[in-house]
Amino acid sequence: MVTVRLATPLRKFSDGKPEITADGETLQEVIENINAKSPGFADRIIENGEIKRFVNIYVNNEDVKMGKGLATKIGKNDIISILPAVSGG
Amino acid sequence: MSYVVALKCRNCGEKYQIKPISICDECFGPLEVEYDFEKVKENISREKIEKGPKTIWRYKELLPAGKKIVDLKAGLTPLHRADNLAEKLGLKELYVKNDSVNPTFSFKDRVVAVSVSQALDFGFDTLACASTGNLASSVAAHAAKGNLNCYIFVPADLNVAKITQTLAYEPNLISVEGNYDDVNRLCTEIAGYYNWAFVNINLRPYYAEGSKTLGYEVVEQLGWEAPDRAVVPVGSGSLLTKIWKGYNEFLELGLIDEVNTKITASQATGCSPIVTAFRSGSEIKPVKPKTIEKSLAIGNPADGYYALRVLKESKGTAGSVSDEEIIEGIKLLAKTEGIFTETAGGVVVGTLKKLVESGEIDKDEKTVIYITGNGLKTQEVLISKVAKPIKIKPDLNEFEQALSAKQKILVKEAGIW
Repeated sequence: MVTVRLATPLRKFSDGKPEITADGETLQEVIENINAKSPGFADRIIENGEIKRFVNIYVNNEDVKMGKGLATKIGKNDIISILPAVSGG
Repeated sequence: MSYVVALKCRNCGEKYQIKPISICDECFGPLEVEYDFEKVKENISREKIEKGPKTIWRYKELLPAGKKIVDLKAGLTPLHRADNLAEKLGLKELYVKNDSVNPTFSFKDRVVAVSVSQALDFGFDTLACASTGNLASSVAAHAAKGNLNCYIFVPADLNVAKITQTLAYEPNLISVEGNYDDVNRLCTEIAGYYNWAFVNINLRPYYAEGSKTLGYEVVEQLGWEAPDRAVVPVGSGSLLTKIWKGYNEFLELGLIDEVNTKITASQATGCSPIVTAFRSGSEIKPVKPKTIEKSLAIGNPADGYYALRVLKESKGTAGSVSDEEIIEGIKLLAKTEGIFTETAGGVVVGTLKKLVESGEIDKDEKTVIYITGNGLKTQEVLISKVAKPIKIKPDLNEFEQALSAKQKILVKEAGIW
């Protein structure tokens, strides 16, 4: 089981909880497994097989867009954060 | 009176009530403030603006202002005609918008003033931000003046002067081991757990509007005319898009007749995802920053997509400069115009020089460069790059000897002796 931290707009899929747990060996699988329990979840963050432009996903605080994206391997104790893209120093 | 009517998603158009949110529930797109422009039109004129306060609040009809403001007097900074620098570069008409003389010495006072006003309206008692330095000082200063709690998050390798300045206002300063993108990610998570006014996260739609005033002011200071070219420092891309928005809102309101400004982005080569995407015609690819320029070091720029759109729409361009060229840029502005800027300003001047030399910026264009931060904030990058002072004992003979030696060197350098 991995921990998945959810941005506020995604908490409607977790009964308002900021974190949920899920299974999966890749990021794609984790998202699909959450989607099986909460239909509509994957559509919020994936479009045409890619992570949406305004969504950032981090595995253990590393931005997966700089790495393997949805194919990122997920280990047992990993923490996934799904966050909106906001910035400005 | 505020003319704000809603928040609207820039991506899908979904509308939301005015509250402390920044992201569209439907598509995660960024929300933007929407105004009743018909009503603004009835209540705004050149004359009214000119009679207004000498701060950003002279444009209050076009800002999401709350009922209260914490006023450190941000804005209406000087627009200098820069004939010396123009001559050096071969430009006909060049202006420097010197925003480094704001209350906390950067343009961030504009965005913070607006977001703090909104934070007070929402009833927050704690201000917070993720910062590359300039925002940190500005938020801390406004929190001090407004008697608000304050949490500031910065990358651990930030410029010493920026940390010292921020600490003087006595906020809770959290130094995070990581780069700005790490800090920003952490703060986006924290904002989901704590009910704080993160000015550049949950208050971002209001915050970003403050940057429009840099567009308005330049138009007003040029005698109600938009420039032919504006060179803007780019981190997240927000400032660039809002300057463009500022010019175009004045056009829409009938305050000016045309906008033909070519917007030009400038970044440090060591962190240039927007410039790279523009020049290669590709999507933005996030990068790990590696440059002395910390305040623009955002490797994954959230507003990058919209900044690219503005560059294309305005028929502008983009350029980047090396760390060495940044330092040369700082020194060139200081010695020609007497304006001492931080590294972000060095990026702008360096990019201007490069694009004029390559012919991408035409010498006849009326050009404005945006200098957004003060040189005292990033002095450490210059310490080994400036001349040493001439040391003497307090003795007239010794001074004259030193002067004579100096003159000999000057004459020799001029090739006369």
